[in-house]
Amino acid sequence: MTKMSWFNVTSITLGFAFLYLPMVILVIYSFNASQLVTVWAGFSTKWYAELLQNEAFLDAAWVTLQVAVMSSTIATLLGTMAAYVLVRSGRFWGRTLFSGMIYAPLVMPEVITGLSLLLLFIGIGLDRGVLTIVLAHTTFSMCYVSVVVSSRLMTFDQSLEEAALDLGCSSFDAFRLVTLPIIAPAVISGWLLAFTLSLDDLVIASFTAGPSATTLPIKIFSAVRLGVSPEINALSTIMIAIVAVGVISASLVSKRNSLRIQRDEQAAARAA
Amino acid sequence: MNQTVFAPWDDPKEKPLIRFKGVTKRFGDFTAIDDLTLDIYEREFFALLGPSGCGKTTMMRMLAGFENPTEGVIELSGQNIVPVPPNKRAVNMMFQSYALFPHLTVYDNIAFGLRRGDMPKHDIADRVDEMLKLTRLEKFAARKPHQISGGQRQRVALARSLAKAPKLLLLDEPLGALDAKLRQATQFELVDIQEKTGTTFVIVTHDQEEAMTVASRVAVMDEGRIMQVATPEKIYEAPNSSYVADFIGDVNILTGTVKPAGEGLYQVHWSEGREPNIAASDKNFSEGQTCHLAVRPEKIAISADRPADADNALQGKVLDIAYLGNLSTYHVELQSGKVIKAQTANTRRVSRRSFTWEDPVWVSWTATAGVLLDR
Repeated sequence: MTKMSWFNVTSITLGFAFLYLPMVILVIYSFNASQLVTVWAGFSTKWYAELLQNEAFLDAAWVTLQVAVMSSTIATLLGTMAAYVLVRSGRFWGRTLFSGMIYAPLVMPEVITGLSLLLLFIGIGLDRGVLTIVLAHTTFSMCYVSVVVSSRLMTFDQSLEEAALDLGCSSFDAFRLVTLPIIAPAVISGWLLAFTLSLDDLVIASFTAGPSATTLPIKIFSAVRLGVSPEINALSTIMIAIVAVGVISASLVSKRNSLRIQRDEQAAARAA
Repeated sequence: MNQTVFAPWDDPKEKPLIRFKGVTKRFGDFTAIDDLTLDIYEREFFALLGPSGCGKTTMMRMLAGFENPTEGVIELSGQNIVPVPPNKRAVNMMFQSYALFPHLTVYDNIAFGLRRGDMPKHDIADRVDEMLKLTRLEKFAARKPHQISGGQRQRVALARSLAKAPKLLLLDEPLGALDAKLRQATQFELVDIQEKTGTTFVIVTHDQEEAMTVASRVAVMDEGRIMQVATPEKIYEAPNSSYVADFIGDVNILTGTVKPAGEGLYQVHWSEGREPNIAASDKNFSEGQTCHLAVRPEKIAISADRPADADNALQGKVLDIAYLGNLSTYHVELQSGKVIKAQTANTRRVSRRSFTWEDPVWVSWTATAGVLLDR
């Protein structure tokens, strides 16, 4: 490895500090024994224990998880279907309009999305709760899924599907048995993206959540307005840990897979 | 002897397996196939040959069912197959990219088509084993496509498309991805497998050597039309147009006007005013008709003096020599400036080259060496 110049070392240090210092401080203070967030009074895990007693937070966490799983699953289904139609169907009447409308929520301000959904739910008389949050999250995360999946479909060798048809598959079977298994990694990452988007959404959820169901981000946000408590630090630390474990394991798995494929291909080339 | 020759196209009683009747295919304004009529017979190894964009791939995709003709009818065993979707046709295709399913093993790839039908499980296993044996892939059954070499992938693709025992197998540039050595070996293997299984093969290729090696008949295509359909020998020795003559192998094409000289012989007069050539032809030409005389380089002799008994002899000087190892091609410039290619076989290892650059030489050929063409 080449020796890094002082300039590079400084930029990397500054960059990482900028990104991670706030989180490091948050994690450290979650183990603070003191009630006061800014005064260090020794190591303690009592806030984690208290967190487990806090019904309101636990309820909100449960709602958040339900919403995230449901909305990301529905968004993955719809987003994959939309991507498939966009990439495969070639030209049909209104194609540009259709694709524009699918991608519009990407650039739409969240406040507007949230407000319009709120007005819609009031208009049709739908009580705000888990269902309305799920619907709202599905609406905005679907377009992210369809972006991820359609970029995979564009590089997908169409002759694979033709081969499946040629060998006797119906169009649906060709999709189920050939296309879907091959694009599965993109579909899964689309699901994960939708899941995390739903998990940390505050704006849209606060428009569409009702008194019967509150998500964790809303709970944290309203709790912080009354003053930061170490409990919130503990909760945030847990969320950081979950996300970190997820990201690291996903990248390890994909790295191992690509290494294996590379090794196999080299072996095949040598054997030939 | 005559009975063993495979030539169903010469037998008027024979029913073709595939029949294109007045087929036209347009993509927008572009006409890919132009009013094409063609018969292909059972057990044939039929090659569609032409430059890229000539419509050969479109024809193949219409046979597979991925494209529908704009006009006309395609029949398979007398049945119009145009309305039949690809998954219901007794036709299978081997794709240029092989299109192997990367998430399935070699075994599952080959079994894929069989599992779509209602074949009993043990029959599927038997059939897959048979295919693995035919393509010598027994050892690789459990591998995934990325774990085998290019040549092996090609054989998996072949086994997969043959597994359902189709009436017709389509091969789209099947050897394009292989290197030259492997390609030659595989060509003979393809012919072997075709004979063993008795399946009708239609191959699309832009490689004329490949078409000549494997095919029972070759169709030379250009701009959506078939220029000539014939056996490889006929295509080479008796092309029906200067396009076909030029597309297949190397050729000298001389353009002039005809004067009948009796007994199937014609004098060809050149615009440049040099002495007329003599050429034999079965076709009838009227006096003054424009014609093209196509002579293959290997049928032209090269000598230092004018050969006494040659029907045609022209004087020139050596412009260039292409040494190809087994052959040498001499480019001889005539006085008119026209360049004639003459080829000689290098049958002896050590020999002094008879001619070198700028040497004055005579090129000569017999009356039957060339083909007289009207277009």
